Amino acid sequence: MQSILEIQRQNVGVGPELLAKVDESPVVISLDHIHKTYTMGDVEVHALRGISLEIKQGEFVAIMGASGSGKSTTMNIIGCLDRPTKGHYFLDGHDLSQLSKDQRADIRNKKLGFVFQGFNLLSRTSALENVELPMLYAGVETVERHRRSMAALAAVGLAGREKNHPNQLSGGQQQRVAIARSLVNDPALILADEPTGNLDSRTSVEVMEIFQRLNRERHMTLILVTHEPDIADYADRVVVFKDGKIKSDYQIESPRNAAEELKRLPAVEFDDDDDDSELVANDAGKQKES
Amino acid sequence: MNLLMIIRVAFRALVRNKMRAALTMLGIIIGVSAVIAMVSIGQGAQQSVQNQIASIGTNLLFVSAGAQNVGGVRTGTGDTGTNTLTIEDLDAIKREVPSVSMVTPAINTRSQLIFGSQNWNTQIQGVSEQYPDIRKWNVQDGSFFTDADVRTAARVIVVGQTIADNLFPGTSAVGQTVRVKDLPFRVVGVMARKGQDQQGRDQDDTAFAPYTTVQKKILGSPRVQLAYVSALSQDATYTAQMQIGQLLRQRHKLGPQDADDFSVRNMSDIAEAANETNSIMTILLASIASVSLLVGGIGIMNIMLVSVTERTREIGIRMAIGARSSAVRTQFLIESVVLSLTGGLIGILLGLAVSLLIPSLLGWPTLVSMAAVIGSVVFSAAVGIFFGYYPARKAAALDPIDALRYE
Repeated sequence: MQSILEIQRQNVGVGPELLAKVDESPVVISLDHIHKTYTMGDVEVHALRGISLEIKQGEFVAIMGASGSGKSTTMNIIGCLDRPTKGHYFLDGHDLSQLSKDQRADIRNKKLGFVFQGFNLLSRTSALENVELPMLYAGVETVERHRRSMAALAAVGLAGREKNHPNQLSGGQQQRVAIARSLVNDPALILADEPTGNLDSRTSVEVMEIFQRLNRERHMTLILVTHEPDIADYADRVVVFKDGKIKSDYQIESPRNAAEELKRLPAVEFDDDDDDSELVANDAGKQKES
Repeated sequence: MNLLMIIRVAFRALVRNKMRAALTMLGIIIGVSAVIAMVSIGQGAQQSVQNQIASIGTNLLFVSAGAQNVGGVRTGTGDTGTNTLTIEDLDAIKREVPSVSMVTPAINTRSQLIFGSQNWNTQIQGVSEQYPDIRKWNVQDGSFFTDADVRTAARVIVVGQTIADNLFPGTSAVGQTVRVKDLPFRVVGVMARKGQDQQGRDQDDTAFAPYTTVQKKILGSPRVQLAYVSALSQDATYTAQMQIGQLLRQRHKLGPQDADDFSVRNMSDIAEAANETNSIMTILLASIASVSLLVGGIGIMNIMLVSVTERTREIGIRMAIGARSSAVRTQFLIESVVLSLTGGLIGILLGLAVSLLIPSLLGWPTLVSMAAVIGSVVFSAAVGIFFGYYPARKAAALDPIDALRYE
């Protein structure tokens, strides 16, 4: 059986010509002096103090910062899970800052893809059905839903695992199901909130490889929230938050190449697609590493 | 997301927790089946009373000597000691009251019937030849006696099935001769089986002879205790009742202050009273049963609340990937309705089974009412919506950020 990762390795190539394209690309996200203030009893907590940020089509941006720096709040606003107290948020040129609850739900459904730290798959529901879920809410026809889910699962290297439930998949596989789910409605942007937080370093590289591939091949815009600098190094651009403000915003000249790194890792370890014994994903992964 | 998908999702959620779903449904199952069983018992009782009354005849009036209640002292009717009703009174009723079609006296006595070496102690009723028509009671073998037999006080007798079975086992009673008080009577007919009356007396343990024969040859007294009067129609019974009352007061020369020395009772009144009693009983039984339906509904609400809390994260995931609040609310509402409706349908089957088993197990008649079945379905769906709405609203009101963070 040919390993999916072998195919992945062949496909990934980072060239300077792709990076150059980004500069001419349209702006996908534009944050204009975003403020967010929470009221806790009598105390006002200023989570964001005037954030302005532009992200272009095809960029791979890592958002970094300590907890309490405002990176999660920014993530929630970009993800249409929350609204800014002040300021404007434009996605594809539309101002989303004052949308209703239902309108935001529709934006999340059609324009955004989410990948979470804790995978957030529906338990006791097959991988296929998990991936179909966003299309269910989008009203996609059964046949089309099935076709797109199968394609998305194949793209993340899970062909043949469609019927498995999350508890029958390893952590890395679960996260790949989540990535497939984020892809199916062809979003303008994928938001990944600490996607490698629950994974061992090897599986993390695998997941980053998928993200890099989506970025390079499909020109997918990616925002990655992380507090690990080595994970941020896979991105092309890093935005660092501190105390509700942007502390620094810089391009990475030569990002890490996940596909290359995977090649150097011993082959025996990444053969998890054929392994049926990995019911306890995270623990198994960690033991392997040590 | 279309409704069919939501229903599928709801079913899947319930199947995941089979035991819990089954226990929750049990409340509704018991409630619905109890309502159906209780209503069918009540309706069965009502039906059987109505059947009995219909078999007696709804245009039937009872005229009896003596008042039902005079100053709270003399409560008996058809008192053997009273002589207030006569054959002449009855003839007058037949002649002068236009709303009356038929009249028969009913002169009761008990006597022994002897046939060969067999004997049977029974009630002998002296009636006119119109008795079968008035009581809507047919002759099975032979025929009833004729008006000629009444005029000539002929020694003929018609026996009930119980007498026929006991005095003439295995042979035909018609044409046989029985002795009553040492007088030979020719058996001319056997009545059809009628069964028990409302008081549980065996109506088939009665023999009928012309009233003239009973008065002259058995009792030796012209007294009439009771008469059956048939009005022209059911609607005419009330008029007939009033007119008979007026006529008898006139004939008995009663002054305006005098109380009636007779009483006229109407079968519809008796039927109505019996119906009312049964309706009250049915309503009472059904409302007690509905309480369990209510309790079942509260059980559903309880489980749905637990389910919403337990699945907070699932709700968060669904919302994050684009489920509108309304989709989440519909999902939980449908789950609750599926729970209550499934319970309701199982309850109907159980209720029907119980209704069908009760007659053979307890000997009570039952009548399954379609209204109760439809009502139960509607009510259980309503229970699901009513008790599912609050948990569903709670789920829909969740904030996706908080819901996703929920452990």
